[in-house]
Amino acid sequence: MERTYTWRFGIVLALAWAVLFFLFLPTFVAIPFSFTPERYLSLPEDQWSLRQYVNLFTNEKWLSSIGQSLIVAVCSTVIAVVLGTLAAIGLWRIASRFAEAVRGFLLMPIIVPPIVVALAFYRVFVELRLLDSYLGLIIAHMILAVPYVVITVSTSLANFDVRLEQAARNLGASMGQRLRYVILPSIMPGVLSGAIFAFIVSWDEIVVTLFVTSFRIFTLPRRMWDGIREHADPTIAAVATVLIVLTLAAIVLYTLIRRRA
Amino acid sequence: MRAGSDTIERRPARLDPYWLLVLPLVVLLVGLFVYPILQVLWISVTDPSFGFENYRRLFTSGSIHRMLWTTFRVCAVTTVLSMLGGYVVAYAMINVSKGHRMWMLLFILVPFWVSVLVRAFSWLMLLHDGGIANTVMIDWGLIAEPLHMVRNELGVIIGMVHFMVPYAALPLYANMSGIDTSYVDAARGLGAGPFESFWRIFLPLSLPGVAGAGILVFILTLGFFVTPAILGGGKTAMIAEYVSVQILNLARWGVASMLAVVLLVAVFLLLAIMGRFINLREMFGAR
Repeated sequence: MERTYTWRFGIVLALAWAVLFFLFLPTFVAIPFSFTPERYLSLPEDQWSLRQYVNLFTNEKWLSSIGQSLIVAVCSTVIAVVLGTLAAIGLWRIASRFAEAVRGFLLMPIIVPPIVVALAFYRVFVELRLLDSYLGLIIAHMILAVPYVVITVSTSLANFDVRLEQAARNLGASMGQRLRYVILPSIMPGVLSGAIFAFIVSWDEIVVTLFVTSFRIFTLPRRMWDGIREHADPTIAAVATVLIVLTLAAIVLYTLIRRRA
Repeated sequence: MRAGSDTIERRPARLDPYWLLVLPLVVLLVGLFVYPILQVLWISVTDPSFGFENYRRLFTSGSIHRMLWTTFRVCAVTTVLSMLGGYVVAYAMINVSKGHRMWMLLFILVPFWVSVLVRAFSWLMLLHDGGIANTVMIDWGLIAEPLHMVRNELGVIIGMVHFMVPYAALPLYANMSGIDTSYVDAARGLGAGPFESFWRIFLPLSLPGVAGAGILVFILTLGFFVTPAILGGGKTAMIAEYVSVQILNLARWGVASMLAVVLLVAVFLLLAIMGRFINLREMFGAR
């Protein structure tokens, strides 16, 4: 469609793009810093170097943090996806007022401020001896991530024809068979988007992690936090660049999944 | 296994076998989320002794007063700026072609998904005394001395606005695309100018969305931790950072729990108010 804008709307549009550039450009500032050849945080002047990347991928501390973050994110994502998907399907099929209220309850971990969650986990993890353990952090991240799975799966289910499931039931399919062969294949895009969300929530999580881990578990965000706050470590810029690239990849993946849906 | 359950159509909902799918998650959340939060509530009235001693500090402690006032001020300024930016972007988005809109959406979503630590780090690199912004301005002769833009409230607000504009723009866009523009056309047809038809027709129609999104943004800013901690450099202590210092450095559980409860109550009150303006269920995807 051909569009002509009035000069008034032209001003609005220019302002809007100014805001968008304010959002977009600063996000990538870390990238040039990651190519400095120096031992301190700086912009590369005469020559560019991959020194920070070499350090990131050879330094034992950074590698172990990446590994730990991966373990925690993968485990908490798997549990969150399984429990969140089952719960969303159950609530969708029950479809009562009470079920709506329960869905609202399941979204609580998004609404409660992270610092409050952190305090609560810290206190209870002391009693349960889960402080600074994989299990504790996986549980905490799973709880923070599960609402996103409930949301994406619920959205997928909203577009799914409930009569397909009823037909399967009338033909004698058990609950397990209906889940596996009828419902799950149709809502796969929702499940996968939920998995991406859940993974990112855990992979980026810092506030709760700061409280419930100390030195045995030291995730990537935790090491970045230390790097930024304590000693301006130039490796941070390389980490940031890698994370930005991964985020862009995740957005592309998510868009492809949505398009197929 | 329940093939015959169709024959009993009208039995009470709670007996529905589908609750079996919901139960594991509900049990887990009650045990490992609700119970811990109730514990925080309990600590706030029992540590160091039973009673409302901790809550009395809300009215007597000077440092808590200052912190609460800082929190409110930073959050209010951030909310207003984010809403202004978000409104302009959302308004432009509903008036451009689809392809143009996709580009605008991309420019919102990419920063939206980049880690909060990465963004705080980027702002630190941009704004600190020897940072990019100061270097450029000094080179161009705009300023002689570097401007102090981080380790103070300004830095915190810049970082938080950067974080919050997408949270303002996306719900505003969803709300505005539901507004029937024929009202605006009618106003134009009746002789109203473009500014008047916006000011007297479109803006009032978008106000419920503005209220809803504004409260959402304010709620999210209240709990901010990472951005103030990195860009405020410990000088702009807001409630979340204050709570963490109480616990991790001073082990004052009573005060920290009390403030956590205050924060939680504030968030739920605001959410209840927000529910009056926008459909929360729709916002959280349960259509």
